[in-house]
Amino acid sequence: MNRHLLSIHDVSAEDIVRILDTAESFREVGTRVIKKVPALRGRTIVNLFYENSTRTRISFELAAKRLSADVINFTTSGTSVSKGESLKDTALTLQAMGADAIVIRHSSSGSPFTLTRWVKGSVLNAGDGTHEHPTQALLDMYTMRERLGKIEGLRVAIIGDVLHSRVARSLSFGLVKMGAEVTLVGPPTLIPPDAPAWGVQVSYDIDGVLPKLDVCYMLRVQRERQRQQYFPSVREYSRLFGLTNARVGMLPEGSLIMHPGPMNRGVEIDSDVADLPQSVIEHQVTNGIAVRMSLLYLLLGGSGTGEVGADG
Amino acid sequence: MGSGTTRLLDAAEIRRSVTRIAHEILERNRGAGGVALVGIANRGDDLARRLAAEIERIEGAQVPVGALDITFYRDDIGMRAEAPEVHETRIGFDINGRTVVLVDDVLFTGRTIRAAMDALVDFGRPTAIQLAVLVDRGHRELPIRADYVGKNVPTRKDEDVRVLLAEMDGEDAVVLEERATASRPSGGGGGGER
Repeated sequence: MNRHLLSIHDVSAEDIVRILDTAESFREVGTRVIKKVPALRGRTIVNLFYENSTRTRISFELAAKRLSADVINFTTSGTSVSKGESLKDTALTLQAMGADAIVIRHSSSGSPFTLTRWVKGSVLNAGDGTHEHPTQALLDMYTMRERLGKIEGLRVAIIGDVLHSRVARSLSFGLVKMGAEVTLVGPPTLIPPDAPAWGVQVSYDIDGVLPKLDVCYMLRVQRERQRQQYFPSVREYSRLFGLTNARVGMLPEGSLIMHPGPMNRGVEIDSDVADLPQSVIEHQVTNGIAVRMSLLYLLLGGSGTGEVGADG
Repeated sequence: MGSGTTRLLDAAEIRRSVTRIAHEILERNRGAGGVALVGIANRGDDLARRLAAEIERIEGAQVPVGALDITFYRDDIGMRAEAPEVHETRIGFDINGRTVVLVDDVLFTGRTIRAAMDALVDFGRPTAIQLAVLVDRGHRELPIRADYVGKNVPTRKDEDVRVLLAEMDGEDAVVLEERATASRPSGGGGGGER
């Protein structure tokens, strides 16, 4: 495997299977009384978050702690960054302190890649601008495989604000790589023009798509990233593209409802729909810890020297 | 590597060893009450199931069987190029207050067993931990010994002991192999081929 995880393009289909298989073992660790193993004892993992995030940061923090690594949370408010320190100097500082891995979230697309030029350790992209969020895509694929037994051949619709969604990009690339059939659904203003080149279908009609799905993946309307009016009103968006109580019955039996969180209940998904048994949103969160443990273990558990394995 | 291969045990000898160890476990623990078997993945868990079947045949009692993967407890994580492959752990019973017999195919450096004991105590506090192995090949690097041994085999460090089991390998055999390239650092693992 690659030393860094910057994009889903960094991992092959074979790597994805290995990541998900290893995550299964960490799921089992999560069911023990002592949910902690000594695998990464003595390693230092830095969470470098330039954007607010509670769930991803906590998930990474818990994953690192359950692997017995030392975790440092470096948030931008109240630190050297608010005093004007550049990404480069922050990176060099963390490098000098001996960070074995840096988990970075940044509002600028590509900043994790830039970071790899300055640090020796592994860099994990925890979301960069509107580019990618590969760990979310992996935990989503884990959840699909866990619930439906496979990824290949699954019919998945990713619905909503695809344009601003790094989750939609990473998940589309990953699912296509694993042989799933992906359809992006949303208002034309929120579907990226280059989407057909991702190997996915595009539709503007949610009602035509829902009855044929194995997985209905709802995206959050990211109003904080939208720099212009992409749709007339939230009410209209919800009526045309929300997974409403009236609409959810169109989904086939046994299909899943997923959402990367945090949800805007009543906007892209009705509150009652989010709480249905077929909605696996909480499982996504639980699985996220196991998948991030798997990634940290696979990225940091080798020497990275490229030497032939001793007896493996 | 075919030239330097010696067969140490055949299928019948493995079967007799498993039967004898099952008897010894029952004798030492005065029956099957309170005993549980935990096999170390990969082949230890198959051996543990065979031992449990023997114990049931002899004593008419069912003992709980689990599988333990020790990868996350290894002392050489980060020393190999790639992170070691992980297998399934499945301990579906409470180990508190039981005598747990760890089962592995080959006892070598003892480092796997050290890791297995660390892993096991994260599941609870057994009354006692015992160790059963099909082959003891010597070269211990830790103060660990087996309570039940199928066969003691003197080996050189640059040889490999491979246990083949029908469940995984299609046949039962224990073979000694010359290693083609002697590149394994000491303590790579307790097993013969892991």
